[in-house]
Amino acid sequence: MKRFIGFIKKEFYHIFRDTRSLFILFGMPIAQILLFGFAITNEINNVDIAILDHSKDATTQEIINKISASKYFTIDQLITRESDIEEAFQKGKIKAVLNFEKDFSKNLIKERQATLQIITDATDPNTANTITNYINSILKNYEQSKNKNIKLDYQVVSETRMVYNPELKSVFTFVPGVMTIILMLVSAMMTSISITREKELGTMEILLVSPITPFQVIIGKVVPYIFLSVINAAVIVLLSIFVFNMPVQGSLFLLGAESVLFIITSLALGILISTISETQQTAMMISLMGLMLPVILLSGFIFPISSMPEPLQIISHIIPAKWFIIIIKGIMLKGVDLSFLWKESLILISMTVLFIGLSIKKYKIRLE
Amino acid sequence: MKEENVIEAQGLTKTFGDFTAVNAISFEVKKGEIFGFLGANGAGKTTAMKMLIGISKPSSGEAKVAGFDVYSQTESIKKNIGYMSQKFALYDDLTVKENINFFGGIYGLSRAKIKEKMKQLIDELGLEHIADQLVGSLPLGWKQKLSFSVSLLHEPKIVFLDEPTGGVDPITRRQFWEMIYKSANEGTTIFVTTHYMDEAEYCDRVSIMVDGRIDALDTPKMLKKQFKVDNMNDVFLKLARG
Repeated sequence: MKRFIGFIKKEFYHIFRDTRSLFILFGMPIAQILLFGFAITNEINNVDIAILDHSKDATTQEIINKISASKYFTIDQLITRESDIEEAFQKGKIKAVLNFEKDFSKNLIKERQATLQIITDATDPNTANTITNYINSILKNYEQSKNKNIKLDYQVVSETRMVYNPELKSVFTFVPGVMTIILMLVSAMMTSISITREKELGTMEILLVSPITPFQVIIGKVVPYIFLSVINAAVIVLLSIFVFNMPVQGSLFLLGAESVLFIITSLALGILISTISETQQTAMMISLMGLMLPVILLSGFIFPISSMPEPLQIISHIIPAKWFIIIIKGIMLKGVDLSFLWKESLILISMTVLFIGLSIKKYKIRLE
Repeated sequence: MKEENVIEAQGLTKTFGDFTAVNAISFEVKKGEIFGFLGANGAGKTTAMKMLIGISKPSSGEAKVAGFDVYSQTESIKKNIGYMSQKFALYDDLTVKENINFFGGIYGLSRAKIKEKMKQLIDELGLEHIADQLVGSLPLGWKQKLSFSVSLLHEPKIVFLDEPTGGVDPITRRQFWEMIYKSANEGTTIFVTTHYMDEAEYCDRVSIMVDGRIDALDTPKMLKKQFKVDNMNDVFLKLARG
């Protein structure tokens, strides 16, 4: 046991004396969470739009007023001809043009129908979509307020309610993703690098010749990173609660326990990577290409899994991060307990066991 | 195992698939002896040494190191040997003292013992003024000497040195060999591989490996006589070229 403590102490010296490790460990999580929280966002605010009003009557004016009153849109310019639309877009400032047809009010009364064309700049499809949705809901709102006075035989009104994240804050979906990336990176990449570093420097050989067992070496390598990853997870959760007002609906204890589980899964993956790579560079490349990319692209962090083609959906199942994101979203946003998450937890546990098993097998072959 | 033998190998063999890296080597090393283990690159020295220090299982043959079997008692072997590899192998980002503490610790020395050894070692090497500096900032020669001393911390019966003087200047090499003589005089057995033939002359006995076999084993004096040459370099060339 005393040997073991000495070993862990040595690991901490390595970590705290290497500014690069320190930066990855503590600088990156904070930078990432702030970046994703503040800069990268799906929400729209004060989007500049242009109006092309062919009828200029009371109804169109009311609608325009309603739109400009919302905090989402700012009316940047009024254009008068169809041919000006192209130019307005090309200047790049406006993101949408509302084109009211001629005789808007008259048509609405006479034919009970009038047309408003929404033209959006789809060079950024997500924003274009969001703009269209927002304008539609403003129109719907207007329609309903008008119809209040008119008695219709029947009317279907669809009412949309966004549950778990009613304000559609994008930071709420980014926090679980960023937390997953950070834990994966710190645990898997840092351990695999620190183990291969000993191989590269020749100190691993010295350790293998000493009475300390390979098992103790690996555990000694892993313990400091469990400790640091837990601190990281706590920092991320605290930042998301106090800086971004993200709720934690479920139990903090369960969140902690699941995070530790995922940390151990990542560490097991890190150990596996270190058994197949001889140099620090290899370990880093495998971690970055083999772990980071799938985590970002296939875990459902940025792109929804349900809209991926079938083969990618199948691949996404073998990515541990996918299951962890489901778990933390469940706990933080939906407030569910273990009875809803046991399947995901069990998958992570099995993956961990598999990674450790493979590492042991790989390690034995090397020793023969 | 005879009383004075600390290493005994009998037909020790290691194969990797079809390739025989070490081909039935047999030899003994006596207590307090400086045993030179020579051979060209790829002759099988490192593989043979790995089997003796317990990190590689032999394919066949027998061997005992410090009285323990290389198949079943590797843990006991590890407690009784010291090892220094051709790659410098202390931690660069730890200070001299921290390295000594760490390696003393993993060999299970008591705190008092480590303290005593630390003082002794720092005095002997004259390291007082740099004891709290990172090892990475020391010149290679000092690192090497320090590394050797660290491999002797737990007072092993045998110390295995794998090309310990690679890349250091002749003066440091000389000092290094003085350290080797000193610990041999204190009863530690030295098992050393080297490519420097002048170093082979310093050894009590020398074995020369060619293609996995030990082709010659005797004192440097007898080897020179046997091959009718006047230095070890020529002995080596005659053997290695076949």
